[in-house]
Amino acid sequence: MNNIRTKEARLGDFIIVAICFCVIMLCMLPMLNLLAQSLSSSQAVINGKVSFTPVFHNMQENTYKPGITLESYRYVFLDPAFSRSMWWTGILTVICTFVSLTMTVLCAYPLTYDWLKGKGIINTIIIFTMYFGAGTIPNYILMKTLGLLNNPLVLIIPNCLSVFNMIILRSFLFGIPDSLRESAEIDGANPLTVLLKIYLPLSLPVLATLALFYAVGRWNGFGDALLYINAAPQWVPIQLKLWQLIQNQTAIDVSTVEMVAGTVPRASDAIKAAAIMFATVPILIVYPWLQRYFIAGVTIGAVKG
Amino acid sequence: MAKKLYAVKGLGPSSYLKRSWMLYLMLALPIAFFVIFRYIPMTNIVIAFKDYNIFQGVWSKGSPWVGVKWFQRAFASRDFWNAIRNTLWLNFLDLIVGFPAPVILALLLNELVFKGYKKLTQTVIYLPHFLSWIIVSSIASRLLAPTSGVVNIFIVETFGIGPIDFLMDKGLWVMTYIFFGVWKEMGWGTIIYLAAITGINPELYEAAEVDGAGRWRKLWHITLPGIRPTIVVLLIMNIGRILGIELDRPYTMMNNIVIEVADVISTLVYRVGIRSFQFSLTSAIGLFQSVICVVFLFGANTLAKRLGERGIW
Repeated sequence: MNNIRTKEARLGDFIIVAICFCVIMLCMLPMLNLLAQSLSSSQAVINGKVSFTPVFHNMQENTYKPGITLESYRYVFLDPAFSRSMWWTGILTVICTFVSLTMTVLCAYPLTYDWLKGKGIINTIIIFTMYFGAGTIPNYILMKTLGLLNNPLVLIIPNCLSVFNMIILRSFLFGIPDSLRESAEIDGANPLTVLLKIYLPLSLPVLATLALFYAVGRWNGFGDALLYINAAPQWVPIQLKLWQLIQNQTAIDVSTVEMVAGTVPRASDAIKAAAIMFATVPILIVYPWLQRYFIAGVTIGAVKG
Repeated sequence: MAKKLYAVKGLGPSSYLKRSWMLYLMLALPIAFFVIFRYIPMTNIVIAFKDYNIFQGVWSKGSPWVGVKWFQRAFASRDFWNAIRNTLWLNFLDLIVGFPAPVILALLLNELVFKGYKKLTQTVIYLPHFLSWIIVSSIASRLLAPTSGVVNIFIVETFGIGPIDFLMDKGLWVMTYIFFGVWKEMGWGTIIYLAAITGINPELYEAAEVDGAGRWRKLWHITLPGIRPTIVVLLIMNIGRILGIELDRPYTMMNNIVIEVADVISTLVYRVGIRSFQFSLTSAIGLFQSVICVVFLFGANTLAKRLGERGIW
């Protein structure tokens, strides 16, 4: 940009900065509200004392003061079913990401060979599924036929390959110069060696992006569990667990003395907020690290496949 | 030279197989995946034309052909047309409000001269995309709760009216639904436009500056035309999805009081199909939806090509 800016240009800059500030606030404040509620006393949340900073309720004096309490987090933490669901979803996410990346590479890489016979048909078969799907019920019947209902595999296999992500990877692989492949082939390398020694090392950034997409998708996903996991509470992923908690279908299950005393509702708004924050922390942890990658990934995806 | 030929077309069948078998082997697993989990379920669509018996299977005699009975049943039902109307209306509002939002935001971000501030804005506005709909809808219900929600505390204190129960009022529920959709995806949507803006030749801007063009003229005559193909492609895809709707957003946002304006095809199929076991009826509804989606997509694409745009294929 030019160094000398006119008065109008600087006024314009100021307006734009101000609008962007408003947008930042618009994005941040709802999340801050949730964070504040999770760190406040249940009583303070119920009585509408919490806006964007945590409020502590002093029970003896019945006063509300700014202050942090971790009591809600403690209840969430002490619930064995909740933390088990967190662990299970974590393991599930790692497995899903690995399986999905493998499948995506296996699908995208061979399709970059322009001399491969049948490539066009295979391509059409794959792309068609992007525009036309069987629908909820026919899919459900398939899962039932395959015996995948209430089976943990149903959370892994049926969505382990996304056509969209495959196109992103393939577009990226197309960008790798053919000369690299050809020189390796002259040295006697087979397609697998070329993939492992040349293509994969060069596509680490885009693989990181796709890993993020798959991992976030699995961590945040609950539609498949809602449909297919009804009678197996041990396989319920964290989002569905959260949903049941929010809907009061289950309560945080703590058989401690405080709970018996009945001073704290078993699933108060503060506890729910803590549960939501707790389930969001893994995403908040990986997000800043992967930010530079996902921008690259989305941009590649914009190139027509 | 002989080895060089190895990588060129026109070799015999045995030689072709020798260098390609590995690639076919790699493709075997993905193709099996698409066949089993994408194409075989399509055969189950036939139950839309049958009286499906859950215990006897799709192709057995226990599930006789009944023609278009289920389609007639669906078209005669009030719930079906209600869901169609709501799906179209909510998607249409999403298109009107949610589609321009990332374009405008990307243009704004592009005009930001302070690089660090731009980076900060981007980091913050991308974040909601990574929250699940369960989390977003519970954030919404907390913010808007009648007694304990921040929005109502603010309204009551400032204007002395209310509290307003946003999620229980039909009109306000629709607004909330649209608002949080925009809230979640607005920032994420800017990435693709920002990338398109980066692809614009900087010489155009320099030439325009020499000619004395200001911010608005550059925006109107260079940036917007520069990202027009991207806008058109995304618009086509959005129009193609006008009758398509995911389950998670409406399902987590809706409640029984606003069901009249909130019940969409996906929630109807879930409720009537999975919960009440009306498999044939809901398969018919799903098929109707899929076909209309494809028709819309082709229509939008053809229209875009007629108007001289590139289209999506």
